Amino acid sequence: MIKVIKAGLQTTVQDRGRIGFYEIGMPPSGAMDQYSYTVANLLVGNAPHAAALEITYLGPELEFGSDTRISLTGGYLPPKINGQAVPMWETLEVKAGDVLSFDFVKSGARVYLAVEGGIDVPVIMNSRSTYTLIGIGGFQGRPLAAGDIVHTADMKEKDVPVGSKIADTDIPVFSKSHEIRVIVGLCSYRLTDESKATFLHTEWTVTPEANRIGYRHRGERLQFVEREQPFGAGSNPSNVTDLGYPIGSIQVPDGVEPIVLLHDAVTGGGYATIATVISTDLNRMGQIKTNDKVRFVAVSLEEALQARRETQAKLSRIAASL
Amino acid sequence: MSEKKVILSPLPGVFYRKPSPDQPDYVQEGDMVKSGDIVGLIEVMKNFYEVKVEEDGVIDRFSVENETIVDVDQELVVLR
Repeated sequence: MIKVIKAGLQTTVQDRGRIGFYEIGMPPSGAMDQYSYTVANLLVGNAPHAAALEITYLGPELEFGSDTRISLTGGYLPPKINGQAVPMWETLEVKAGDVLSFDFVKSGARVYLAVEGGIDVPVIMNSRSTYTLIGIGGFQGRPLAAGDIVHTADMKEKDVPVGSKIADTDIPVFSKSHEIRVIVGLCSYRLTDESKATFLHTEWTVTPEANRIGYRHRGERLQFVEREQPFGAGSNPSNVTDLGYPIGSIQVPDGVEPIVLLHDAVTGGGYATIATVISTDLNRMGQIKTNDKVRFVAVSLEEALQARRETQAKLSRIAASL
Repeated sequence: MSEKKVILSPLPGVFYRKPSPDQPDYVQEGDMVKSGDIVGLIEVMKNFYEVKVEEDGVIDRFSVENETIVDVDQELVVLR
């Protein structure tokens, strides 16, 4: 068991996500950076769908109730055990009574803490992920709070020796400016040609409104093609007749401040989606902070699928190495 | 003269000097503060983080205005 001494800003239980319910309006939730989450589980020998803790911006203080192995991956919030610095991206050993804490964030936005066996919370609709907006999943449907006691599950598949690590080249580096690959569409036809170019050429700044639901970006105003709005569409030129929103899709209400919809977002609605972040770069999106700079880079579907295959191959190679 | 101490922002977000728009500032320049006193809030991801004093002192000055967007490690308050 793990005792929460301090909760951090927002620490939630997450896994691969609540997949398969999108058509009834249920977003997947799950780890924002699936790459780091997956490696965290691999480093402690857990089943790939074991639940971990997602820690955002400000780390919690956690006391372990028994000897166990843990791993920390993702953005760099310098971790400490009993006040002593410990490495990330490595299998660590903790003893009963040890306290894990963190310094201020140095890079990235989210850390994944995997514990041998995984976090034990009820499975709701095939997932242990927390969906805080409606209060389901994870630990009582909410972020952890001081005083909570979190139990571990029995989802360990493999004994990974303490000190195991992955190659430095497999550890992502997060700076304060990011290139995020997108596929232009589904409703990009609604933008003027000039605004399509502006969207891709602007260096956007991430606003304080950036969370698991979506990231809002400040930069240039975008213009939509003038038209008589069709039946069912709202009156603003950024409105279309309702459609399903792909995860990672980008909408620009009224042409100001593009919003990238993420894992806890609404699944459909009536804003034109002008581009969609490719699945591989959703991981990087989850490590972007307020005030960071973002450029959207257009790629083809083939390039997006190739990037996904490369990420999967990298994870398979890491799994085989541990 | 004791040396000056600064409070840095642990988070990126919006800095507020008051608990809500219709309430007075937590503290003013020149006020005595004790360890644990709240001097402001940082809002990010619809969460509000309380910025607290870690050592007793006097507020020398605020380095940022109310409702400024701040970054991690940015100086918020100087104490003397």
